[in-house]
Amino acid sequence: MTSSAHEPGAALRLHVPEPKARPGEVPDFSGMSVPPAGTLARPPIDADEPALREYPYALIRVLDDAQRAVGPWAPALTPERLRAGLRHMMLTRAFDDRMLRVQRQGKTSFYMKSTGEEAVAVAQAYALDDGDMLFPSYRQQGLLIARDWPLVDLMCQIFSNPGDRLKGRQLPVMYSVPEKNFFSISGNLGTQFPQAVGWAMASAIKGDTRIAASWVGDGTTAEGDVHYALTFAAVYQAPVLLNVVNNQWAISSFQGFAGGERTTFAARAIGYGVPGLRVDGNDFLAVYAVTQWAAERARRNYGPTLIELVTYRAAAHSTSDDPSAYRPQDEAARWPLGDPVERLKQHLIGLGAWSEAQHEALARELEEHVKAQLREAEALGTLGTPPAGVESLFEDVFKDMPPHLQRQLAELKGA
Amino acid sequence: MASMNMIQAINSALDVTMGRDPDIVVFGEDVGYFGGVFRCTAGLQKKYGKTRVFDTPIAEGGIVGTAIGMGAYGLRPVIEIQFADYIYPAFDQLVSEAARLRYRSGGGFHAPLTVRAPCGGGIFGGQTHSQSPEAIFTHVCGLKTVMPSTPYDAKGLLIAAIEDDDPVIFLEPKRIYNGPFDGHHERPLTPWAKHPAGEVPEDYYRIELGQASIVRPGAQLTVLAYGTMVHVCLAAAEEAGVDAEVIDLRSLVPLDLDTIARSVQKTGRCVIAHEASRTGGFGAELMAQVQEACFWHLEAPIERVTGWDTPYPHAFEWTYFPGPARVAKAMKNVVEA
Repeated sequence: MTSSAHEPGAALRLHVPEPKARPGEVPDFSGMSVPPAGTLARPPIDADEPALREYPYALIRVLDDAQRAVGPWAPALTPERLRAGLRHMMLTRAFDDRMLRVQRQGKTSFYMKSTGEEAVAVAQAYALDDGDMLFPSYRQQGLLIARDWPLVDLMCQIFSNPGDRLKGRQLPVMYSVPEKNFFSISGNLGTQFPQAVGWAMASAIKGDTRIAASWVGDGTTAEGDVHYALTFAAVYQAPVLLNVVNNQWAISSFQGFAGGERTTFAARAIGYGVPGLRVDGNDFLAVYAVTQWAAERARRNYGPTLIELVTYRAAAHSTSDDPSAYRPQDEAARWPLGDPVERLKQHLIGLGAWSEAQHEALARELEEHVKAQLREAEALGTLGTPPAGVESLFEDVFKDMPPHLQRQLAELKGA
Repeated sequence: MASMNMIQAINSALDVTMGRDPDIVVFGEDVGYFGGVFRCTAGLQKKYGKTRVFDTPIAEGGIVGTAIGMGAYGLRPVIEIQFADYIYPAFDQLVSEAARLRYRSGGGFHAPLTVRAPCGGGIFGGQTHSQSPEAIFTHVCGLKTVMPSTPYDAKGLLIAAIEDDDPVIFLEPKRIYNGPFDGHHERPLTPWAKHPAGEVPEDYYRIELGQASIVRPGAQLTVLAYGTMVHVCLAAAEEAGVDAEVIDLRSLVPLDLDTIARSVQKTGRCVIAHEASRTGGFGAELMAQVQEACFWHLEAPIERVTGWDTPYPHAFEWTYFPGPARVAKAMKNVVEA
């Protein structure tokens, strides 16, 4: 751009964001600042928002380049707990890999992987209490896996088979598990964010001790619902964690199209007077520590926190997507924050609490576990096996079936 | 002429109009570099540049709101809502703003925008990728609502919609993007290349909004349909062995009541089909208008074949979808009544 663009009377120009690299080009993360781990202070949980203004622009990291836990944010997690976290992340990945294959085999219509983002869901589930209510988007399957929900139940939903608790009504991966305080996933973007705030407000109205957490992607922050959520959370100081999973890509649109070119997503919090924390989303320990801080703050009636989890969507958006059409194929491999499974693995090895051999054995064990669960689910049928009688098509539209639906059901059965 | 599927025809409409009118801008989620999740805008950014074809934040209300502002400036925005199911965050901007801007400003401002949105089921999209929300928009005064059923019509109608000075909701039945799906999901899809309406002129032409098309002349009954259901009704007429006059409405608002009334006055019988759910669906409006215009000519009650009054299901997609068997049954009922 020539300087004449800025002179008085200059012709106006529209800025349209452009990612640094497209297919066939070399991935370029040079504009991304990756500060050393362990340098940021861990503020007290009752700190006022104005005292926390550096955090939305920083990046909280615990694991250093050698994957050692350093600095005041390093959480006190036992090796046993860390191994459990590693296991849940690896199980999430094994599940995703297998379900992609199942979709490619034509056994279901659709699937969405969370590859590369496993630390977000698993570490956050670990830092929350089991009674806390989760309002996820469609890429936090790790929450349910970390809460030890059986894979076979998820698979039955993916197959819309007779074991599907949602009666074949929902697109695959749009789970709903009240038993695990996991809210029904919508396919529409961001709708869950204000709902989580409402749940948290209700918990406060009733003098409960449970808090809520919700997740949206970087792209979804553009939706109005996200701003409703932040406004209500701020106004009522709701006990809620509002998480923005910045995985860099919203289908084909890089995060610059959500407003990430000139500021961070965590910085949105400042305008609402809400603390914003920005964390290395591929660092299991940092994600855990930040979530724990925000959860503790909410539990002690100090209000909501916005957390930006910086990660990378290593897989396609969904099985309907082909990222090679809009981003360099090796971009995931060049992602500066590495892979969450590999980093926690190296951390545990560094602690002397894990080994390559154990890791390989666990990977094999989990793969077998997933296969066994899959056999169980497939025994109940894959997509095309009716999940129930046709009357279930008309059930749950309302609590009680009104006459017009009864007539339509009779018409269908008589057809 | 060229062989085009509906995606290519829509792309051609955008290309032709953008080439003629520098005030046309195209934007929406993933429409720029990637060319849209259904590829309708493929190649346009490269040809017309990033300030005329661009990606947007995921904010449908923002997309429509900014389009209204651009229209106020004097541009002619053609925006894409990725799935019709995602249009609801834009509802206020469409209903309270775009639809009424001309009226409330006494003609001082208007909103010459075209809102493209893929609609309809049949792709195992579940309740968030399958809806047909046309009746929600036909109820709004100040909006035009269009739904093509072939590539030829899609191009001509889209050009007319883009050139229209009022806001047009242009719904694209995604199940017929690649071929004239007739409801027989168990059979391979015939591609548009084998259909006469897959032959599309490469240059400019318009199909005026508000003109229905008689796609199958017949004497025994009149069938009113639009979008995917046109092809389902054609198949159903063959299967039922009924000499049906199938009318493709193409434009719901404005509606070509003259063509409809002439046909029903001739046949005395009418079946209405749409994929959207029944209660308050556009079929209800059609029934009312046919009754008003043709009561003394009717020889049988009008029947509707529609989706059930439930959200669009995943597993029971084909139980929900008003396929040829249900349409054929209604045709026989009405003919034999």
